[in-house]
Amino acid sequence: MSRYSLEIRVKPRPGLLDPQGKAIHGALHSLGWAGVEDVRVGKVIYLELEAESGGVAQQAAEAMCRKLLANPVTEDFSVSLAEELQGASS
Amino acid sequence: MRAAVVTFPGSNCDYDLYKAVEQVGSEATFVWHRERGALAGYDAVLLPGGFSYGDYLRAGAIARLSPVMEDVAAFAKAGGPVLGVCNGFQILCEAGLLPGALVRNESLRFEGRDVRIRVERTDTIFTQDYAEAQVLRVPIAHGEGNFEADRATLDRLEAEGRVAFRYVDATGEPTEEANPNGSWHNIAGITNEAGNVLGMMPHPERAMEKLLGSTDGVALFTSLASSFAATTL
Repeated sequence: MSRYSLEIRVKPRPGLLDPQGKAIHGALHSLGWAGVEDVRVGKVIYLELEAESGGVAQQAAEAMCRKLLANPVTEDFSVSLAEELQGASS
Repeated sequence: MRAAVVTFPGSNCDYDLYKAVEQVGSEATFVWHRERGALAGYDAVLLPGGFSYGDYLRAGAIARLSPVMEDVAAFAKAGGPVLGVCNGFQILCEAGLLPGALVRNESLRFEGRDVRIRVERTDTIFTQDYAEAQVLRVPIAHGEGNFEADRATLDRLEAEGRVAFRYVDATGEPTEEANPNGSWHNIAGITNEAGNVLGMMPHPERAMEKLLGSTDGVALFTSLASSFAATTL
């Protein structure tokens, strides 16, 4: 078993109105960044996990997203394996 | 009627629901969210408003994993009436007992004020004492009440007449200005396919006393209570 660090990104689904993103979009424009065309706000969840392999850790995190971490009605998710951590138990 | 009011950590409208049930001559009991098998013998299950688990992750996302929710799902599946108000509605959506999701208000603000809603269905166990298209004045108090669903689900909700309440203006029209949170089609409350599960963002249990501004919520509780034998207090 090794310890893995994973980054889970949860973001509003395309087409879904994201009022937070819209407000930030407006604020950036008011600061002079007129070129900003779209802003969407999601969240990043940092997870540390013991698993047999990186692939297993990745699969487990995806299952967590489907079950709890993301709402399939309104959110999309992606999981990336950040690193295998030092000091892992064997 | 014997109604179970489920309390989650962070519920804050549980006493309001309890009082509303008592006010229409029925009996209410609090059920703690960790209890299993506690819903047997009740006629209705009520999920209160509040901020269960601090709304962490998403409103209702953690509460729907509470042990009691398995019993709530079984109760609903057996045809028992389940009402979720505000956070209760959010929990029902997260639990998959109602379709769609409640996301951040379009205004980005917490909206706490009286709104008008129109009764779209009078043939449910929750709304039978209202008149067709009756306009009610009830308070809302939420930051995430913006009802969203995919297009197919929305079409289905409308086609099957499962929208129970809609935000409207004083003349009963569902205008954009009358919509406090950006919900699709001004949806304020929906039912499941069988009609025995109702979720709504406005608070009928806070519209029970003239002194507090409105008594338009009373008929929801009399509707429910009249379907069951009177209980003696």
